[in-house]
Order: sequence, then structure tokens, then C-alpha cells
Amino acid sequence: MNASPESPELEALRLSLEVAVRSVGFSLPLAVLAAWVLTRARFPGRLLLDAFVHLPLVLPPVAVGYVLLLLFGARAPLGAWLRTEFGVQLAFTTAGAALATAVMTFPLMVRAIRLSLEHVDLGLEDAARTLGAAPLDRFLSITLPLMLPGILAGAVTAFAAGLGEFGAVITFASNVPGVTRTLPLALYTAMQSPGGDALALRLALLSFALGLLGLLAAELLVRRVRRYLGG
Amino acid sequence: MLKQLPGFRLDATLTAPTPGVIALFGRSGSGKSTLTNVIAGLLTPDVGTVTLDGEQLTDMRQGIVVPVERRRIGYVFQDARLFPHLSVARNLRYGERRRRAASTVSGFDEVVALLGLTPLLQKKPRQLSGGERQRVSLGRALLSQPRLLLLDEPLASLDVARREEVLPYLVALRDRLSIPMVYVSHQFEEVLRLATHLVLLEGGRVLAEGPVDEMSLYPALQDIIGPDLVGAVVEGLVTRVNTETGSAELALGTGTLQVSLRDVPVGARVRLQLLARDVILATQPVQGLSVRNALASTVIAIADDWFGAALVRVDVGGAIVLARITQDALRALRLRPGDAVWTLIKAVSTRGHTFTLAPGN
Repeated sequence: MNASPESPELEALRLSLEVAVRSVGFSLPLAVLAAWVLTRARFPGRLLLDAFVHLPLVLPPVAVGYVLLLLFGARAPLGAWLRTEFGVQLAFTTAGAALATAVMTFPLMVRAIRLSLEHVDLGLEDAARTLGAAPLDRFLSITLPLMLPGILAGAVTAFAAGLGEFGAVITFASNVPGVTRTLPLALYTAMQSPGGDALALRLALLSFALGLLGLLAAELLVRRVRRYLGG
Repeated sequence: MLKQLPGFRLDATLTAPTPGVIALFGRSGSGKSTLTNVIAGLLTPDVGTVTLDGEQLTDMRQGIVVPVERRRIGYVFQDARLFPHLSVARNLRYGERRRRAASTVSGFDEVVALLGLTPLLQKKPRQLSGGERQRVSLGRALLSQPRLLLLDEPLASLDVARREEVLPYLVALRDRLSIPMVYVSHQFEEVLRLATHLVLLEGGRVLAEGPVDEMSLYPALQDIIGPDLVGAVVEGLVTRVNTETGSAELALGTGTLQVSLRDVPVGARVRLQLLARDVILATQPVQGLSVRNALASTVIAIADDWFGAALVRVDVGGAIVLARITQDALRALRLRPGDAVWTLIKAVSTRGHTFTLAPGN
């Protein structure tokens, strides 16, 4: 029933990596923006936005997937608009799996970026102002580079967590072999299949190794960048 | 201008002459930094105007607040605020690249040479000493080609030895560049070494302002600097130098004052603080004393002074000098305003209290 010549492990690994990379690429700019708004901007409704950003942390992932389906499903308003205007379909596609993963890992990313932004000395931005730097220039030349440790930590953590996103992906993007059957979905499927125990164990070990590697890489990377930044 | 912060109110009217170094002097909490930040535009006053070279930078009535980045006012912060992710060279270039001036007054090589930054260019800020950091910060501000340079206690976080890594460079800047500076300080010695004009701030108000020598006679100055540093500041030209004995003569009013001073050429302008407690008064000519200066003077005024002493203001051939004497001495000499006295000043008491000034300011 598997059409591709790949082994199920490799296929799941490749898909997981693809989904995680796409989800990080999609959510990173938004996470930087959200972190900046939540840290620096003062406006009514900031607390509500803060809670909204963190919602995926406390919601059942299945509920998040369901909401996405309501918004981006084939017949849902946003989903229909995306398809007619851009020819993009999200539900039951790899892109959809990436979107579901992005939503789920978004709070992790925002938290890490916010933490580093809070440590950026506002005095340095004032100094940049007195030297003639306009707002966007200040952000790009001073704030963003100094946030880099948090951005990297957020990206790598979200990537590692994204490799294992299950509930939202299976609800929104379903469990299509070769399209949305990522590592955890493949693991779940193997567990459900008679005689799939060996495969399930291999997939579980693979997930374990990937997660560990991701977290270690994040820590090393952040240390290195901190040293470069002179912190 | 008027600025109210929770628990603090600044109400200052100030017209600063340029060029020159204007010292904003006062205790911590007197409003020095608030005033500086209003000038820079980092704080917006509730009421008031800030004008530089005839250009309105802040005018609250008309709703004008020129953004900080367009004011062309350089700022040297107490904590240097170098960008930690950039090398010294790139810190320096940061302001230079963003300058909004039509012409370049201070070139990169000139500033680097003037501040002794050549060996530091490739370093990162964290590798620098506190004094070096302030020099880089100074250079970075200068290279943005400011019309005015604000220095907010640039030496306050440095120990005495590190201060000497910066102060001579500040003096050099004052003498070589024509950028007006506002120097915030609570150390009177820094004022004596650098400033041409002194603004006394207390509780958010301008107590008094004027040239440093005039302000040294201001009675309330004592409350800020303490009684031991009270003393008239006199300025004069060096008329004779004796390198063998390390002494020099300078014109003081119509007379001549012998002082301990080395490494200063004839013709240099110097400023000298004669500490009131070191000045002796005599009603008759004295003989057989080691004191090198006995100057004919007239008593102008007598005021009660700290701990029951008296502060006597005397006119020494046109220059004003303060002498602190005990009430006992005052009674014994029966001094009255208008009396003729001899003012005795030990030449060695001037050592460490004499500072060179920019020629002709």
C-alpha cells in the first residue's frame, strides 16, 4: 500500500523534517513580530493577545486542528478563498501539516524570543537614536542582532517540538502516507497495525534521538551566538 | 521648560552660550540628567521649548517635538552604551554612516587619533576597560557630526585611575574641536578642568549660572561641594616660568601670583582655584614668612561661614579671592568691609588646583 520506494521510517523522517522546517519558516517572522508587540507595544487588548498567542499550549491539539479545519477546510471561507485566489489547499496536505505544527509551536517560539528581547537594553536603542538611527533601522541594526540567541533558541525548540506534533496534524491534515504521515503519525499507525511492533519501536527511538539532538543543538548554538554577541 | 515625573519636577530656564563647555552641576536628583534628556529629545517636557542654533527642537505649545534621531545632538552616556555585537571600529562607524550633517567636521582618522583609539579598533566592547569604553563612546558620538555634544557624567562609573584615561582627552576635545558641549557632573574638579560656564541645579531648578570664576563665589555652591572645596577661581596668563624650581608666575588682577606649576609655557591661560581655607589675611605687611605671595587687597564683604568661621571676600587688584578665617581671628583683626589687608597665598597650596584653559576662551 506504500507507493513510494522509501522505507516507512525514512519517509516519516523526511516528512517530519519537511513539516518542521516549513512550519518554522512560516512562523518565525510572525513570532518575532508577536514577541516585539507583546514586549514593547502598549495598547488595549495586549493581555488578550498574549493569552491568544499562548492558547495552543493549553488547548487539546485536536481542538486546534479542528479550528483550523473550520477556518481552512476545503469549504470553509478562508480555505475556499485561498484555493480560488492562489490555488493553495491546506487541509490534508503537507503544507496543512506544517500550518498545524506552526500554530502548535508558535507559543514556544514567542516565549523564547520574548525572553531575549526583554534582555535587550533599551538604553542601547536610545544610544542608536542619538546617533541618527530611525526606528526600523534601530530594530534591524541593534535589536534584532541582540535578540538572535532567543530567535535561534525559539526556532530550534519549535523545530524539535514540531517534529513530533500529532493531534493538530492528524485532525487538520489527516494521516496520508507520503503526504502527512510524519514520525508520530507513522508510529501511531504502526502501533495500530498487527505485527507493527518492531517498526513502532524503531520510529520511537528515531523520535527520541531527533528530540535529544535538537535540544542539544539549540543549547550549543545559543551559547555560540551569545559569545559572538559579547554577552 | 517644565517636566513633571512622579515625585519630581524640573523647572529650568537656561540659555547656554556656544561654543564652550557648559557644566550642569548639582547633587544627584537635582535634575541634571532629566534636563539633558529633554535637550536630547529622549524625554518630552510637559511645557517648554528647546532651541538649538535658532532651530525649534521642542515647542510644546506648537506641538513640535523633533525626533531624537533628527536632532543631531550627540550623547555620551554614563554607561557608554557601546553596541556589544559590534567591534569598536563598527561602533564608531555606526554614527558616521547615519550622520545627517551636510559636511564632515570630525573625520574618522582624526577622531581615532585624537582619542587614542587606534589599538582598540578591532576589539569588542567587552574587551575594553571602562575608560576605553568612554573614549569609544565619545568618538562614536563625535563621528555622527553633532551640533552639540551632551555628556552625562561620563566619568561617574569610573575609578580615579580610569578617569585619567578619559579626562585629558576631554580637555583635548574642548581645545581642538569647536563643538559646544554640555557636561553633566557632580564632581567639582571635573568642572574646574573642563567647563567654561557653570549652571547650578538644585531640586529641579536652576539656582544660578555664569562663568566658572564668577560662580565659584556663589554662596550656595558650598552646600553642594562641601565647605572644604570652597575657594575663588581665578584665571590668568602665565607670565614667567621657572622650570628649575617648578614655579611660575601669572597675572592676577593688577598683581602677580607665584604658583607651583610645571609643563606650562609662558602665555598659557590657566585657571586656578585658591581654596578659601588656604588663604591668609594680614592687616600689616609681614616679614620672615615662607609665604611667596603677599598681595595688597581690600575687604569687600564678610559672611558667616560653616562651623562658625567667617568667609571674607577680598579684592586683589581687581580679582576676587575668598579667605576663610575663624571668628576669633575676625575679632582680633577687627576686619570691616573697606579695610586694606594683605592677602597671603602659599605658592605650594596651588599645586593640583591649577588647570590649563583653551587659549582665548
